[in-house]
Amino acid sequence: MNELIEIAGLTKAYDSKHVAVNNITLSLPRGKIIGLLGPNGSGKTTLIKMMNGLLSPTHGNIRINGQLVGTDTKAHVAYLPDRTYLSGGQRISAVLDYFCDFYLDFQREKALSMLQSLNIDPDMKLKTLSKGTREKVQLILVMSRDADLYVLDEPIAGVDPAARDYILRTIINNYNPGSTVLLSTHLIGDIESVLDEVIFMRYGHLVLYTSVDNIREQHGKSVDAYFREVFAC
Amino acid sequence: MAWDLEADRPIYAQLVERIQMQIVSGQYPPGTRLPSVRELAATAAVNPNTMQKAFAELERGGLILTQRTNGRSVTDDEELIRQVRSGLAKEYLDLFFLRMQELGYTRGETIELLKESAGVEQ
Repeated sequence: MNELIEIAGLTKAYDSKHVAVNNITLSLPRGKIIGLLGPNGSGKTTLIKMMNGLLSPTHGNIRINGQLVGTDTKAHVAYLPDRTYLSGGQRISAVLDYFCDFYLDFQREKALSMLQSLNIDPDMKLKTLSKGTREKVQLILVMSRDADLYVLDEPIAGVDPAARDYILRTIINNYNPGSTVLLSTHLIGDIESVLDEVIFMRYGHLVLYTSVDNIREQHGKSVDAYFREVFAC
Repeated sequence: MAWDLEADRPIYAQLVERIQMQIVSGQYPPGTRLPSVRELAATAAVNPNTMQKAFAELERGGLILTQRTNGRSVTDDEELIRQVRSGLAKEYLDLFFLRMQELGYTRGETIELLKESAGVEQ
């Protein structure tokens, strides 16, 4: 009950040949920013979808705050998916209304002030925004919730380096000791100084779960360099 | 602006050095209040827990004091700051002599070069 996330014997097989997540057991604490890292097809998104109740495990289970993933846990998990689910014709302000209705912990004022700091007009329709701006809006929506767990699937993939810095700063500024941020990415070098811990996945297996400074201390190299070594093709 | 960090060493150790440097160089004078962990973490673009760990390390060494009501401040023990400063100076000198040795200069030759170089600049 002390750990925020408890994953036990978790397996997801799409069919007998395609096991996306293979028998993962892992506990993740509160108050950390954790990177979920692995090459394409290593099972990161499948794992994330199971944390959000969008896919059901074939075996095993996930508990968040001691509760099995379900309607109750969704109220405490803020999720940024790898693809958008918002329709382009909506104005940002309408999406804010939508989030207020949907999530009790959504802080509209916080979202508005973040939009303002980026000079994004809430009257704009989503489809008129650039890809990078749309990604920023979605991150703002997710980070404006007062959740226990923030799960961000590739939050920095499509944005320019300056926007990337803004996103990382947003994550740091919203950090609070009671909640954990789990984020998946390929762009390790850009974010490793923001991370406490990293999870390496390969072919659905858990390869490594340790702290960033442990890797640097033990191997004398960055997580980025170590990742390239472990996953060399 | 995010701080430049080296890739091959623990981040918290680099944060400790960086803040130490800011203290001994007088950027944070003795007795001044330091920014909060969160502010400094955001400035440096590093994880707040890592910044916290660096602060804890500096507290152990006495350079930083925590007042329960008033956040953290730089020590007003100027003698301690001087000691840390000369400790750092010694480290840089040792490293310098090591590098020169790797280039094939004896200690004596290195000192001669140093004098020459300093003379030119005057």
